[in-house]
Amino acid sequence: MARYVVDVMPKPEILDPQGKAVLGALPRLGFGGVTDVRQGKRFEVEVEGDASAAGLDEVRRMAETLLANPVIEDFTVQPVEPEATTEQPEPTS
Amino acid sequence: MKIGVVTFPGSLDDVDAARAVRLAGGEAVALWHGDADLHGVDAVVLPGGFSYGDYLRCGAISRFAPVMSEVVTWAGRGLPVLGICNGFQILCESHLLPGALIRNDHRTFVCRDQRLRIENNRTPWTSSYAENAEVTIVLKNGEGGFVADEPTLAMLEGEGRVVARYLGDNPNGSLHDIAGITNALGNVVGLMPHPEHAVEALTGAGTDGLGFFTGLAALTAR
Repeated sequence: MARYVVDVMPKPEILDPQGKAVLGALPRLGFGGVTDVRQGKRFEVEVEGDASAAGLDEVRRMAETLLANPVIEDFTVQPVEPEATTEQPEPTS
Repeated sequence: MKIGVVTFPGSLDDVDAARAVRLAGGEAVALWHGDADLHGVDAVVLPGGFSYGDYLRCGAISRFAPVMSEVVTWAGRGLPVLGICNGFQILCESHLLPGALIRNDHRTFVCRDQRLRIENNRTPWTSSYAENAEVTIVLKNGEGGFVADEPTLAMLEGEGRVVARYLGDNPNGSLHDIAGITNALGNVVGLMPHPEHAVEALTGAGTDGLGFFTGLAALTAR
């Protein structure tokens, strides 16, 4: 099984009201020095077979067609190891 | 005149739109999103609501509904299409109209009687309004901010494709106070406010919205 990650972000020039809301909340919670927050979306797409250049192209086409709206959003596509995103981190406390 | 009104899962203004069509003297034909057939209608209304696919972006998945392939094909041949609110979003996602609709700049849902100026009365949907007519039509949206890049905005302004513009306070952060636009051919119109809710004095601020539906009947009567 191959896994690809598609990260979608609003274009820099597009207003991001959700990011603005988070930016407004952080100082109220005591996190100082934050100058900007942008909020995007992450898709994890699992595809039959091994990761390949052709598979990457196919997922890129999925991103262009449906996952992102190129009018207002930029996206990146990259293959990841399936274990890398399914493994649960050890509790730290 | 037969005007199709599409129902998507989550549509909530389809019945109001059909009623507005009938009040304007037309025959409303119910169309289903899953049916790739326009059943011979003379025009199509994509009503407001929350269509499936809003999970991703408003209109992103409904754009691929079977009925939309027919709407896109026939819109290219001049079929009048009006997208209201969520319908406007679907038209942008379908690339029948340029730009996109994003979350309101103040991040809250807005619902109010909105003053508008009808700046383009050369579309089939706005032909019964005087040019630059000022009207009041109810507005209700959470993601009604129209955005496009500068060249697209310049094109819309330069070609007179801004159909309606907000007057007074901008309700949602739309660039250039844009409330509605049309395509290059002038048959497809996207509008964020809801004219179908302004067709009877009993239930709204007035009847200023009725013109969006009477214009079509007048066109076919000619």
